[in-house]
Amino acid sequence: MTNAMTETSAQARETLPAKMSVKNLDFFYGDNRALKSINLQLPVNQVTALIGPSGCGKSTLLRVLNRMYDLYPGQRAVGEVLLDGDNILAPGRDVNALRSRVGMVFQKPTPFPMSIYENIAFGVRLYEKLGKAEMDERVERALRGAAIWEEVKDKLQASGLSLSGGQQQRLCIARTVAIQPEVILFDEPCSALDPISTAKVEELIDELRQEYTIAIVTHNMQQAVRVSEYTGFMYLGELIEYGLTDQVFTSPREKRTQDYITGRFG
Amino acid sequence: MASLQASRQLRSVIAMALCWVSAGLGLTALALILGALLWNGFTSLAPAVFTQMTPPPGAAGGLLNAIFGSLVMTFFGVLIGAPLGMLAGTYMAEYGRGSKLTMVVRFINDILLSAPSIVIGLFVYEIAVVPMGHFSAFAGSIALALLVVPVVVRTTEDMLNLVPSTLREAASALGLPRSLVIRHVAYKAARAGLITGLLLAVARVSGETAPLLFTALNNQFWSSNFNAPMASLPVVIFQFALSPYKEWQQLAWVGALIITMAVLALSITARIIGAQRTTK
Repeated sequence: MTNAMTETSAQARETLPAKMSVKNLDFFYGDNRALKSINLQLPVNQVTALIGPSGCGKSTLLRVLNRMYDLYPGQRAVGEVLLDGDNILAPGRDVNALRSRVGMVFQKPTPFPMSIYENIAFGVRLYEKLGKAEMDERVERALRGAAIWEEVKDKLQASGLSLSGGQQQRLCIARTVAIQPEVILFDEPCSALDPISTAKVEELIDELRQEYTIAIVTHNMQQAVRVSEYTGFMYLGELIEYGLTDQVFTSPREKRTQDYITGRFG
Repeated sequence: MASLQASRQLRSVIAMALCWVSAGLGLTALALILGALLWNGFTSLAPAVFTQMTPPPGAAGGLLNAIFGSLVMTFFGVLIGAPLGMLAGTYMAEYGRGSKLTMVVRFINDILLSAPSIVIGLFVYEIAVVPMGHFSAFAGSIALALLVVPVVVRTTEDMLNLVPSTLREAASALGLPRSLVIRHVAYKAARAGLITGLLLAVARVSGETAPLLFTALNNQFWSSNFNAPMASLPVVIFQFALSPYKEWQQLAWVGALIITMAVLALSITARIIGAQRTTK
């Protein structure tokens, strides 16, 4: 699979252009500095995994990338986060437009309290005026893209809440995909799912990589190995090590990385 | 060991007995009230109640004008009060969560919630009845609206606070502006609770007497004029029940029965809607 790459393709990937790049990023919860001078890149059409013990700041970092933290007073980011070269932290940026380009899937499945169909169509309608037929097609494409179409095609009018946890999570992925973002952020998307659902979501992430640039926060190191091309290890608000997933897991440069991935702490 | 067990068992029996007795006392009182109401109400219930106006002393009649007045003033009270309450509650739960203003508003709202309704009546008497120079259905609606507001503010805030923040984040992550997140996602998720709150507010005001005594007063005749005094069930009950006339007393029982049944129906509806939230 993805982690079984050769030395040459690895080098080729090093030079991939960055879809997003984080430069000297600090993050504060009030006075508490949760991220310290983070520098990181999300190479285009690759999966970048963020790993590290609880409270290390990996979810915080992810929530900076679509400015989710903006919803809460007292949280602020200092530094630069470039999306196609534009600083998304610059004052005056349209946050909603940013979020339509940088989608997010959360730890717990969060279907809206409406039908399966509406869960998808709702977001699309915000950006595009589509006729009934076009919308039907878009909904189907999104559900197919999230590998859930076969399971729900006969009950599109049923409540999104009636689905199982794994289906709900794929519905949320479909919803994110439907508005055609460029980057998708996954915040521990499988931690509430059983192994079979997890496998489906992981497969899906691998497929989505063709079209989207992906960042995923995970507690599960096997998962990081399975789905990602790049891995960043974070500890106490710092990015300790960042590189090709293979290299980080087989020959980490930092002792702390090695201690973490061999299970000595965390 | 055995004695410890025995003493615990004894205490358990005593506590249990006390619970039974107090529950029994409460339920007995309720049963007596409901029994008297049903008995007296139904024996006097006749079609004329819904077709004739309140009668002069010693004559037969009905409660049509009072039923109409109660419906109209409750409707307009809710129409004025509910949007105000919804908007305030929405502000408190969505925009001003944890802010100073929210805390102040919540505190004042709690006072309003527990304020004796007669105070509300007097207040509206001062600001509406005195300047206008006469009692009116309009003033009555205002008074009822002031009673609706705190109930709706409270339930709106509580219900919106129950909407998980992850749901709001998920909606925001699609790029929805805040107003749409609230309207399309938060309101939808809290819909059952919001409707329940509204129905409870209606139930609360439909039995209020004091605020109407000072504002809409009463009217023995049919009136749909908003600028004139209007009859209402609670005020008619108040007047008729205290009177020495047999016919009036009987109509008071019927009026009380109608209000009780209406409130019961509202509460049951609220329950059913509220239960949907957990099953869906």
